[in-house]
Amino acid sequence: MLTLTPVESAALLLSLRVAFVGTVCSLPLALAVAWLLARRRFVGQQLLNGVVHLPLVLPPVVVGFALLVLFGRHGPVGGWLYDVFGLTFAFNWKGAALAAAAMGFPLMTRAMRLSLETVDRRLEAAARTLGASRSRVFWTITLPLMSPGILTGAILGFARSMGEFGATITFVSNIPGETQTLPLALYAFTQVPGGDPPAFRLCVIAVIVAMAALFASEVMARRLDRSVRGAS
Amino acid sequence: MIEVDIETKLGAFALAAKFAAPASGVTALFGRSGTGKTSVVNALAGLITPARGRIAVRGETLFDSERRINLPPEKRRLGYIFQEGRLFPHYSVRGNLLYGAKRFDAAALNRIVALLGLGELLHRRPGDLSGGEKQRVAIGRAILAEPQLLLMDEPLAALDAARKEEILPFIAALRGALDIPVIYVSHAMEEVIRLADMLVLVDGGRIAATGTVEALTSRIDLRPLTGRFEAGAVIRTVLRGHDKAYGLSELAFPGGRLRVPHIDLPLGSKLRLRIHARDVVLAATAPQGLSIRNAFAGRVVEISPEDGPLVDLRLDIGTPAEPVMLWARVTQRALADLRLAVGSPVHALVKTVALERPSPGGERAFGETYEAG
Repeated sequence: MLTLTPVESAALLLSLRVAFVGTVCSLPLALAVAWLLARRRFVGQQLLNGVVHLPLVLPPVVVGFALLVLFGRHGPVGGWLYDVFGLTFAFNWKGAALAAAAMGFPLMTRAMRLSLETVDRRLEAAARTLGASRSRVFWTITLPLMSPGILTGAILGFARSMGEFGATITFVSNIPGETQTLPLALYAFTQVPGGDPPAFRLCVIAVIVAMAALFASEVMARRLDRSVRGAS
Repeated sequence: MIEVDIETKLGAFALAAKFAAPASGVTALFGRSGTGKTSVVNALAGLITPARGRIAVRGETLFDSERRINLPPEKRRLGYIFQEGRLFPHYSVRGNLLYGAKRFDAAALNRIVALLGLGELLHRRPGDLSGGEKQRVAIGRAILAEPQLLLMDEPLAALDAARKEEILPFIAALRGALDIPVIYVSHAMEEVIRLADMLVLVDGGRIAATGTVEALTSRIDLRPLTGRFEAGAVIRTVLRGHDKAYGLSELAFPGGRLRVPHIDLPLGSKLRLRIHARDVVLAATAPQGLSIRNAFAGRVVEISPEDGPLVDLRLDIGTPAEPVMLWARVTQRALADLRLAVGSPVHALVKTVALERPSPGGERAFGETYEAG
């Protein structure tokens, strides 16, 4: 039971890598967007807010198709990235990470924005009067105080990425070892006769991974919360 | 000098504040809640930008709408002590204290820690501190940033009476230990009289008057702003002698000497006294056969128009060159019986004096009340 088959371990490792890379790479962008939405007032803010939230309300297949159009080798963004950086997303694990990041983005942004809105701006003002520049205030006051929200956002984004299916299969297809993440592998098993037992094993693996992630996040969140609340 | 001349609108509230204060000692911004005191201090600190005007501290222009100067808060070097402390919850007390320090200076840190009694608290978190302790840390944090001016916005308002008594001596001790001018916002006259040298009266978004605490608290026309309940005069005295046989000390002011129970300070110490109007008894002729020894001849300078049974009189018990103002509260009936009018000679008998502030730098507790012998 504890030994994984090559297919299972490949799918699990790929899923973890895709979710991790997708979350970590989109985190700074999510933070920047959360900042824009929480702290700035500008024309088109509601439009930005809407675009950020689109993946949450659209069918994932639509997001996958949009990514295919935009980030394909001949797409407006994908073509440019290929020409300039030699980067391609089509039918490889990077594309899966991009799909995962797109789907997790609204959840991450939302959690960060909410925590940013609870940061006491009077503390930031106090730091300024003590001689701290805007950027020092951000790194030493704002960011630490919103760290529980950043963690929550990252966990939500990671969990969403681990479960991503529709956008991934549409954008980068279901290629074993390359783009076949855990949910895609599970889906593949359910499509062949006699695939139920291996599908069930993948289910259990998914549950174990999810529980471990939740447990780890709970421990970290408590520790962060205590340090931010200021009781020793 | 600290020069402020600003105009701005805050919602429906118009603020137009113009005053100048010396860049030394404590200047109190005094007025009721919602009169714009905090806005003035926020404008000084750069936390709000006035629509028009100019702010300069010690010759350095911090804000000038015409010359388009508006230094950001971090460039103004003004320490700000807020009503609610505003300690950083994710830093230890030590981390908070050092947040604004330009470089680590162990000697400066140790000095402030000793001055404010923070030794036991250094490794605690703000969440574990009492209100009074938090405010002491906030004061230390502001000072360690080496400000050219300290702004205190009702630092005691959020504390109960006992905690206030705990903090006041620390703030008073700063006067002597550090040469940093202070702007102290308050709506409590007792605090102002204990701490401040200069007084800026704020009323309805405007400056009603600026002057020394002694001068403004003795003006009848300002009584609606300075308050009637604790009416009294502030007198500056110098410790001139000790009477060992009777255990008394003599405090001299222009025009006389007050005898109070022995004060353990060196001769020449400067002391400020507050004498409440209700502790002054008036006599039309020189009193004899009384147990009260502190009697001073003077004349009536002003009589406050009051409707009630009590009336306040302002007396001058000083010399022609240096008037010393004293308040006395008597009944309307007594006023009529003694036939007192402006200009009448009168004798003032002082029952009790409150020692408001020992000489700057003095470490002793104060606010003690003395039965005048």
